[in-house]
Amino acid sequence: MNITVQLFAKARDLAGAERVELDLPDSGRVADLKQSLAKRFPQMSPLISSLLVAIGTDYADDRTIIEQDAVVSCFPPVSGG
Amino acid sequence: MIQLTNNVIDYTALTESVRSNAAGAVVLFLGTVREMTAGRQTRALDYEAFPQMAEAKLEELLVEARHKWPIVDAAITHRLGRLELGDVSVAVAVSTPHRQQAFEAGRFLIDRLKEVVPIWKKEIWADGSTEWVHPAVETVKGETVKGETAKAEN
Repeated sequence: MNITVQLFAKARDLAGAERVELDLPDSGRVADLKQSLAKRFPQMSPLISSLLVAIGTDYADDRTIIEQDAVVSCFPPVSGG
Repeated sequence: MIQLTNNVIDYTALTESVRSNAAGAVVLFLGTVREMTAGRQTRALDYEAFPQMAEAKLEELLVEARHKWPIVDAAITHRLGRLELGDVSVAVAVSTPHRQQAFEAGRFLIDRLKEVVPIWKKEIWADGSTEWVHPAVETVKGETVKGETAKAEN
């Protein structure tokens, strides 16, 4: 399945795009998504182990299954304040 | 009340907004742009957010705090965009019946904000170089100096 992922902060800068389309296996999990991102953007590899993933406005973990129509966002650890 | 804004934070108005005759204490926390971090000079900070999620998480933090303390009122405003030295980046105001609750709730809100609310800052160093502040990432890369920088930023 094809999903669109929005990227923020350093993740966006490294990928050079605010949105990227990724092809994931059906019922793919967040872990698959991270692998796919690392493969597509090798320059993001150092970020992958600490990359945070949200579906909608909630954090997801590596085992979370990504639905076809999910709004997926990826970003580095937060540094507000 | 929570708010993300590109404008200067009116922390006096924010503080007034949580005042109440039911409260015996009001605590205000301000985060401000510091010039020196681990020996390096900052010229400015650029803040960006994932706005929908940042607002949702800030609301959740207020709900969580209300479960833990008898909060009369609480408000958080975070600024985004380019901030100069000394500018206020975040303001947290809490009112409670007694002071200990206000200090604890205020501390909780700013500490959790820094852990879960999707907002990021980028250092614009005085030498013209720029660098995203991503604490864990820097540690993973083993760049100790940057790791300390990120921690000192908190």
